[in-house]
Amino acid sequence: MREPFIEATGLQFVYQPNTAQAVVALDGVSLSIDRGEYVGIVGGNGSGKSTLAKHFNALLLPTAGQVRVAGFDTRERDALWEIRRRVGMIFQNPDNQLVATVVEEDVAFGPENLGVPPAEIRRRVEAALEAVDMAPYRRHAPHLLSGGQKQRVAIAGILAVHPECIVLDEATTMLDPEGRAEVLAAVDALNRREGLTIVHITHAMEDLAGADRIVALEAGRVIMDGVASEVFDRLSETPIGVLEPPPIARLARWLRQDGLALPAGIHTVEALADALSRSHGPVERRDA
Amino acid sequence: MPDAIIACQALTHVYLRGTPLEATALRGVTVEVRAGELLAIIGPTGSGKSTLIQHFNGLLKPTSGNVRVAGLDLWGPDADRRRARRQVGLLFQFPEYQLFEETVLRDVAYGPKNLGLPDETIAERVDEALHSVGLDPARFGDRSPFSLSGGEMRRVALAGVLAMRPKVLVLDEPTAGLDPRGREELLHRIEALHADGQTFVVVTHNMDEVARLADRVVVMHQGWVLMEGPPNDVFRRGDELQRVGLGLPQAARLVQILQSRGVPVADALTIEQARAAITAALGGKHGERHGAH
Repeated sequence: MREPFIEATGLQFVYQPNTAQAVVALDGVSLSIDRGEYVGIVGGNGSGKSTLAKHFNALLLPTAGQVRVAGFDTRERDALWEIRRRVGMIFQNPDNQLVATVVEEDVAFGPENLGVPPAEIRRRVEAALEAVDMAPYRRHAPHLLSGGQKQRVAIAGILAVHPECIVLDEATTMLDPEGRAEVLAAVDALNRREGLTIVHITHAMEDLAGADRIVALEAGRVIMDGVASEVFDRLSETPIGVLEPPPIARLARWLRQDGLALPAGIHTVEALADALSRSHGPVERRDA
Repeated sequence: MPDAIIACQALTHVYLRGTPLEATALRGVTVEVRAGELLAIIGPTGSGKSTLIQHFNGLLKPTSGNVRVAGLDLWGPDADRRRARRQVGLLFQFPEYQLFEETVLRDVAYGPKNLGLPDETIAERVDEALHSVGLDPARFGDRSPFSLSGGEMRRVALAGVLAMRPKVLVLDEPTAGLDPRGREELLHRIEALHADGQTFVVVTHNMDEVARLADRVVVMHQGWVLMEGPPNDVFRRGDELQRVGLGLPQAARLVQILQSRGVPVADALTIEQARAAITAALGGKHGERHGAH
């Protein structure tokens, strides 16, 4: 059943309003994200992605228009805690988000601040570390972990607060390929297994293989909003501005132009390899 | 090797030696950077990449082994590390955080000014450096670096290093965090400078960029050089790369899966090459036109 979790209506945001340096970062964004959805938000530098994300847990408040999270208007002061408890944010730099000297203490930081009883905190910390596959590191020092591990500890810290939604703002940009894959897998699992709502902001469309839906921003407006594989197909037909489809979607389009029969909606290496080896036999699959 | 600009020999580096936090970052690394090449250094986090490039211009002192720049031992008795630092320009990750001047022109001029060059020479170098990163000095020169886009800021930072006219440019994750347009512009500038003969060392996690740019690849793992060679040779060893947490360029991964399933496609590193290889193997207009590779 569809139930809107985040609703932006006519959202406008201006940095340094009423000055000569005023910059309109969001220019009338209307958008509804359902509970349990995994939405990718893409767009170039300066398109308004991060500004939009910061409205989702009331780090920024609309200059005009409205944002509702779990039914709460973000401008209502009393709603702030309710919103922040439900929506956790993960940022780009893993080193700026960890506060304690031991992993499990870092994860416990959120629930401690909420006044959760100690026994319950233990349970939550353990479950959160399990969920991101970091339980063996519970007594490690965060600063000695890899970037991917740090980001997963940061995610565990949010999970321990029992959120309903996680917003990732370029959270894989500074990671190596392995760390990136680890974080993407953790996020995917949280969406599919736990039903968490995921909003994932990124430049790299190939990071959004797990997303149900893609919203594209340009100059503070929504210029595209649709099912992920359809958006990728559409972008590989007609690229828009700085939005670059995953390279494999582009390759699939070229191969179709070259006369190979390939179904629509291909944007991962695995999907293209399967389609090519299926439809262009006779090929014996040695690995089958 | 006579045309090596930088040569490290049996280089080891131990951080915080003799303390409980002692950590060995490099364990006997022998690599060289050859004149005119674009060398890519890849490796998982913690493999020693960043430590290695800081040795390239003497920011770190070897625990053992040596580093030569243009034939001179950086830590030998008559070492001139200041001179070496001018020859090897280092651009760190997210260099836009290091911009500080009020205008783009002044920021790019900062380095050459410290060299004590005459004003006309400085102006000339700044002008050339900005042009070569694709920023028109007339349009961008008087603007505050902080009013620029992320991609433009990064190119200003690159211009600042270029204005020092280094023999080797060492770039640490130059495209991290840039959007596709900013990335494309920067890669294009790197390609153009390289075509003009500039020597580069590029540290990156992005295998597609390695496939596109590199003449040679060094793969680091736990402080060792695990592999070294042309991209084609290195990326043929996909299993080993994956074992140490590195990926393949997407095109190479696709082609290798097809090959493992018995589809007779040729090797490919870029999606352009994959297009040709696949159409050649499986039919299609492109393959007929270009013939089998």
